[in-house]
Amino acid sequence: MRLILITILCFFTFFPVVAKIIRVTPGTEISSIKAALNIAANGDSILVSEGVYKEQNITINKSVFLIGNGLPILDGENQYEIVTVKANNVIIEGFDFINAGHSGYNDIAALKVINSSDVLIKNNIFVNSFFGIYCQQSTRTIIYKNTLRSNAKDEINSANGIHCWKSDQLMILQNTISGHRDGIYFEFVTNSAIENNNSFNNVRYGLHFMFSNNNRYIANIFRDNGAGVAVMFSNHIIMHRNFFSENWGNAAYGILMKEISDGDVEGNSFNRNTVGIYLEGSNRIIIRRNHFDDNGWAIKMQASCNENLVTENNFTANTFDVATNGSLVLNTFKGNYWERYEGYDLNRDGKGDIPYRPVSLYSIIVERNPSTLMLFRSFMVDLMDRAERIIPGFTPEDLKDDEPKMKMIRF
Amino acid sequence: MGKIIKYVMLDILRNRIVLAYMIFLALLGFSLFNINDNPSKGLLSLMNVVLIIVPLVSIIFASIYMYNSAEFIELLVSQPLKRINLWMSFFIGLSLSLGLAFFIGCGIPVLLFAANATGIMIIGVGILLSMIFTAIALLATVVTRDKAKGIGVSILIWLYFTLIFDGIILFLLFQFMDYPLEKAMIGFSILNPVDLSRVLILLKMDISAMMGVTSAVFNDVFGSSIGMMVALFILLLWVFFPLWLSLRKFNRKDL
Repeated sequence: MRLILITILCFFTFFPVVAKIIRVTPGTEISSIKAALNIAANGDSILVSEGVYKEQNITINKSVFLIGNGLPILDGENQYEIVTVKANNVIIEGFDFINAGHSGYNDIAALKVINSSDVLIKNNIFVNSFFGIYCQQSTRTIIYKNTLRSNAKDEINSANGIHCWKSDQLMILQNTISGHRDGIYFEFVTNSAIENNNSFNNVRYGLHFMFSNNNRYIANIFRDNGAGVAVMFSNHIIMHRNFFSENWGNAAYGILMKEISDGDVEGNSFNRNTVGIYLEGSNRIIIRRNHFDDNGWAIKMQASCNENLVTENNFTANTFDVATNGSLVLNTFKGNYWERYEGYDLNRDGKGDIPYRPVSLYSIIVERNPSTLMLFRSFMVDLMDRAERIIPGFTPEDLKDDEPKMKMIRF
Repeated sequence: MGKIIKYVMLDILRNRIVLAYMIFLALLGFSLFNINDNPSKGLLSLMNVVLIIVPLVSIIFASIYMYNSAEFIELLVSQPLKRINLWMSFFIGLSLSLGLAFFIGCGIPVLLFAANATGIMIIGVGILLSMIFTAIALLATVVTRDKAKGIGVSILIWLYFTLIFDGIILFLLFQFMDYPLEKAMIGFSILNPVDLSRVLILLKMDISAMMGVTSAVFNDVFGSSIGMMVALFILLLWVFFPLWLSLRKFNRKDL
């Protein structure tokens, strides 16, 4: 009797767990993903084998694992959205999304996640999409090791690689994004992490934050984007160990910070950017242990900034170290290494005995009248700068580093 | 013509000033690169040398040499020689020896320590500036007969190109701040070989800053390889135009 009971119990316990594996192969009974989705139940796996699938608007509204075997191609024929996820606990892995539709009034994405949580998007390739991956009101979605490349020419006719809107706890890890408008775009996204991504050759920003608080981006590479990285109207953003390089142009920045507060910028490397960091209306940002090398302007801090701290950074081979647009200074510069520093250290405590003024007269002149950059490094300009260093008249009195380091800081 | 060039060069070698100039440049070059652990900083200091000292030495040495050779020139004019050949051989002899001195003195340390685009640009610009200021010196000497006045004019010309011109530009830029002056700046830079040379070097050295704001216009015009050619052509015009003027004067001059 007991044996029978146990047998029955086992039967009922195990039965719901046995998930099906549905194979999609062209030319067989189940030759389309849509057909497979129709017969699938929650928890099933759909294995899609090699081939080209021209299906429009595949909607996933069951918790399934959609797995590509041998990189099957999902073609949007330049017209349609390819996959839309509307269920929780979905995995999408190993697909090649090509030619998603472009639209002027619809947000067409190659892969869209709507109102879902716990979705994993892994090892996919997105070629020539409008929006690549689009997360809308989704929670705990992981976007891991995807490659997105498109051929955006201008801002109007292009869209973002990874676009996240009103989401929470996203993880965007180890993706490669190029040729979109913004590489990664966050709007109203909270508690999310962006790590180890490579974002380059995008038309506008490599990474763009709008109204997104409490996020962190760590160890990413942003190279050769139209305007670098923009962090706007966001609080408590952690920016650690990123590389910003070759963001060149009229309005190009390593990081553009506009109306943000309580940010933490640490251990980043800024190399060959027109402007390393540009701060406007930003408060309580800590810029610490960064390396600014060979930039046009290492830091441009507008007079609207307040209570920011710049400490323990290295400034080497920049055309201008710091520039500002007013005489009011409410920020602190302390203990940085400035390659241009010409002071001495009599008591040998590693700190220079006379303060360093990172703003040169000429950087103020250039700020007021950009055409004068043509005369930069001319004999007369050198004379003017030296005279100003000795008797400061035009440069802000309080913008100085009282404890400049004598040697480059090693991290 | 070849004979006169040879004679001029030998004569310059014998009076040792150019040799001293070459050694000075070499010492300066090596010490600048050794003091700074970063070769780009060495290049920066060297750029100031190229833009200030090379024009100064070229213009003053060439004008003093021309005044000292006045009697020799008179002697040669009395021979059956064409004046154009005579004048050109003096120019070639002078600019060749000054250019060579610069190339050996400055070029070797640059090629050893910083053989990048900036370094090569500095060498090229230095040689061209040597030639330009030799040509200007020839013009100054042919215009004024008095030696003291001629050397004074040379020094003034040097001062004008390195300092006064920039001051005027800065003044104009602030006077006409409200107008779009980007295009005009290119015109201004063409009017001064020292400024044009500096812009060419800056486009290699401070490319990040030059990509920003309005100076991108410079990069658009001079940054491409065609623009580079155009700029070099303008610098060559700066050699030929004073030379041609001086030759015209010399041809008609009653010695």
